[in-house]
Amino acid sequence: MSDPKSTLSLRRFQSLLALALMVGALSILSDNFLTPENGWNILRQISVNLCLSIGMTLVILSGGIDLSVGAILGLAGAVAAGLLKSGLALGAFDARLEFTVSGAILAGVAVGAAAGWFNGMAITRFQLPPFVATLGMLSIARGLTMLWTGGFPITSLGPTFGFLGTGTFLGMPMPVWIMLALVAVFVVVTRRTRFGRHLYAVGGNERAARLTGLAVPRIKVAVYTLAGALAGVAGLIVTARLDSAQPNAGLGYELDSIAAVVIGGTSLSGGRGSVWGTVLGCLIIGVLNNGLFLLNVSPFWQQVIKGAVILLAVALDKMNSAGRDSA
Amino acid sequence: MAADSDLILAADGIVKSFPGVRALDGVSLRVRRGRLLALLGENGAGKSTLMNILAGVFPPDAGTLTLDGAAVRFPNPQAALAAGIGIVFQELNLIPYLSVAENIFLGREPRTRFGFIDYPRLNADAAALLRRLELAVPPTALIADLRVGQQQLVEIARAVSQEARILILDEPTSSLSAHEVEVLFGVIADLKRRGVALVYITHKFEELARVCDDVTVMRDGRVVGEAAFPDLTRDALVRLMAGREAKETFQKTPAVPGAELLRAEGLTLRGPGTGAGRSSLVDGVSFNLRRGEVLGLFGLVGAGRTELLEILFGLHPGRATGRLEIEGCAAFPASPADAIAAGLALAPEDRKRDGLVLPMSVAANASLASLGRTLRAGLVDADREAAYIAPYIERFRVKTPSLDQLIVNLSGGNQQKVILAKWLATGPKVLLLDEPTRGIDVNAKREIYAFIDELAQLGLGLVVVSSELPEILALSDRVMVMCEGRKTAEFTRAEATAERILAAAFPVTTATAA
Repeated sequence: MSDPKSTLSLRRFQSLLALALMVGALSILSDNFLTPENGWNILRQISVNLCLSIGMTLVILSGGIDLSVGAILGLAGAVAAGLLKSGLALGAFDARLEFTVSGAILAGVAVGAAAGWFNGMAITRFQLPPFVATLGMLSIARGLTMLWTGGFPITSLGPTFGFLGTGTFLGMPMPVWIMLALVAVFVVVTRRTRFGRHLYAVGGNERAARLTGLAVPRIKVAVYTLAGALAGVAGLIVTARLDSAQPNAGLGYELDSIAAVVIGGTSLSGGRGSVWGTVLGCLIIGVLNNGLFLLNVSPFWQQVIKGAVILLAVALDKMNSAGRDSA
Repeated sequence: MAADSDLILAADGIVKSFPGVRALDGVSLRVRRGRLLALLGENGAGKSTLMNILAGVFPPDAGTLTLDGAAVRFPNPQAALAAGIGIVFQELNLIPYLSVAENIFLGREPRTRFGFIDYPRLNADAAALLRRLELAVPPTALIADLRVGQQQLVEIARAVSQEARILILDEPTSSLSAHEVEVLFGVIADLKRRGVALVYITHKFEELARVCDDVTVMRDGRVVGEAAFPDLTRDALVRLMAGREAKETFQKTPAVPGAELLRAEGLTLRGPGTGAGRSSLVDGVSFNLRRGEVLGLFGLVGAGRTELLEILFGLHPGRATGRLEIEGCAAFPASPADAIAAGLALAPEDRKRDGLVLPMSVAANASLASLGRTLRAGLVDADREAAYIAPYIERFRVKTPSLDQLIVNLSGGNQQKVILAKWLATGPKVLLLDEPTRGIDVNAKREIYAFIDELAQLGLGLVVVSSELPEILALSDRVMVMCEGRKTAEFTRAEATAERILAAAFPVTTATAA
């Protein structure tokens, strides 16, 4: 109901059309593109970005931005890996708390959520601009990751944990299961819950939301906490897939997720957009990356082309909304 | 009126619409050499929109501007300035971390032979201007370090330095001290002697007698009266300002007020600033409101009306003091959520800024305050939501193609009705309406008056803030008047007359004006 339906469906149609054209063109240009293996490949590759981008969509819908998700991804993966591998030293008792796989997974997500909560508090309680608050968290989380790992990868985490990244269930890779589950949950959260509606209201007009009695600070803290937790999930997938937590994992991922959200038609000024749009945005980026790789386009050109796609997507958006937003 | 050989700028049939509202509806204006034209009218009457068009900020949808007998069209403010039209906006447009001199000559800095800024000349020229305005700050001072009144004078210095033939001043004295106002009036007299034409927007009637030659009064995007100032009696001015529609088109149902709903005692709100101005935005205001009663709240701009409503609605929990009882229970809302829970609802003055979530639909806006009542199994259910909210939308006869229509596409009147629907859906006891008919067309106004009447008969208590006297007179069972933060009078419906209300609304010093 909160969607500006006519324009959003036009936008979504354009995204779908762009995706279809890319898939069609790549199918002709490359024999290896339209194969089941490559399809799973693409989905596996976008799963991490989509986890981050769902959280980023919530944040951007609320009128904010989160630059720290890549760093939180790294921290959460490292914490989970470290706890799984060597437990937590309890100095005072001269003992060590061992972690099961599920314990380590929970801890990873909890670390992500805690970092996100901290972002939310900095933004609401201390009135920091989201850009600044999450820029600070980017650096803090990156530094904590280095402290925790000593700058070295944590490797050999075992097949049970690795299943999360490399296993398949009913023929579908685990990261794809996780991704689809999260998409389903957050489509419902944004479209069908009171929290979701309030999120659109806060991003659409924070003053009006406040004057309608909405608990604006609580909504924002929840949004950033969720974004952090989702970054934690992404960190677990990355770590499990590589069977190792790299101290630099997730470097720059925040930019890819912002790109996916923007290509998906969510407005950076808040209040307009959808999780579905972000799914399309991630697919477009994923297919583009995959296709350019299959066509042996140099990675340098890949970056140039990705940038051009972002600009094109937003320019189209502006043209669609021209007149509606003027004056 | 002056002879038309003095005519320098004429605007004819100017029309300007924004989404949902026609801000200017065929406005014509005559600006004459060496004379000051005062432009009067309440907020939302279209004065600032008209000035923006004269100054080239945006183009009119229709109508013509004639300068020195030739039709002109200003694509941007630079073009207007080049044609000799300068403007001092109501909001300050200074760059805080540049110096006074740099701000005055921004974009017109004197250059040295090598193309660098000639600072000695820049500062000397600025110093000369500052002396003329008796502004005792060095030209090298940063704008950020100046008081607001001083910043206002810097703006005026900038406009004067542009040697404009037509100078537009949009409420230039709103933040000036008494002495600064005197200096400004001296500068205005000097400019007039030199043949500069001035357009002066003000809400302060006492200023008119000092500087004004001609008056144009605007209301609802139209010019409703023009006169040479000396010909204008105070009564005539009141009639011009007041308008007629409301009284003629609306018959209030006699009210039978019931039990007391709201009692406020000594409500006070300290101002945020440390400036020399008065310290309280609301100063010891007491009143009550009964079931089924409409309390009209009148005052000039800056009288503290909006702030009073904000206190009631929990928007100043830390700064407001006083006592508040709702249905006999002490209750001082600490947040809008508190106020809503206590049965209050506020339709704010600036709908777009404070009332509506523009990217959302009519239904989503209307249900925003009562969404919790429409959930099914804890989830938003579009059908239930529509079923819950539709009767309210229908009740207020909102003209919309569907509930899914984006609110931004509705007219101002229909947007206001959606806001009324939103609040009525929460089952309030007290409705606070801040300028409920601002910027909406006459027919929608009439509908809103009828709704206010109906809601009072249903037993709600309503506080209606309005700058339009006829609106206040037509709607209110009782009228309370505020001036400079204080309550200055209260009248029953029978006692209330335009003259009495205006007399209480003007600061004491204005008794002799006009």
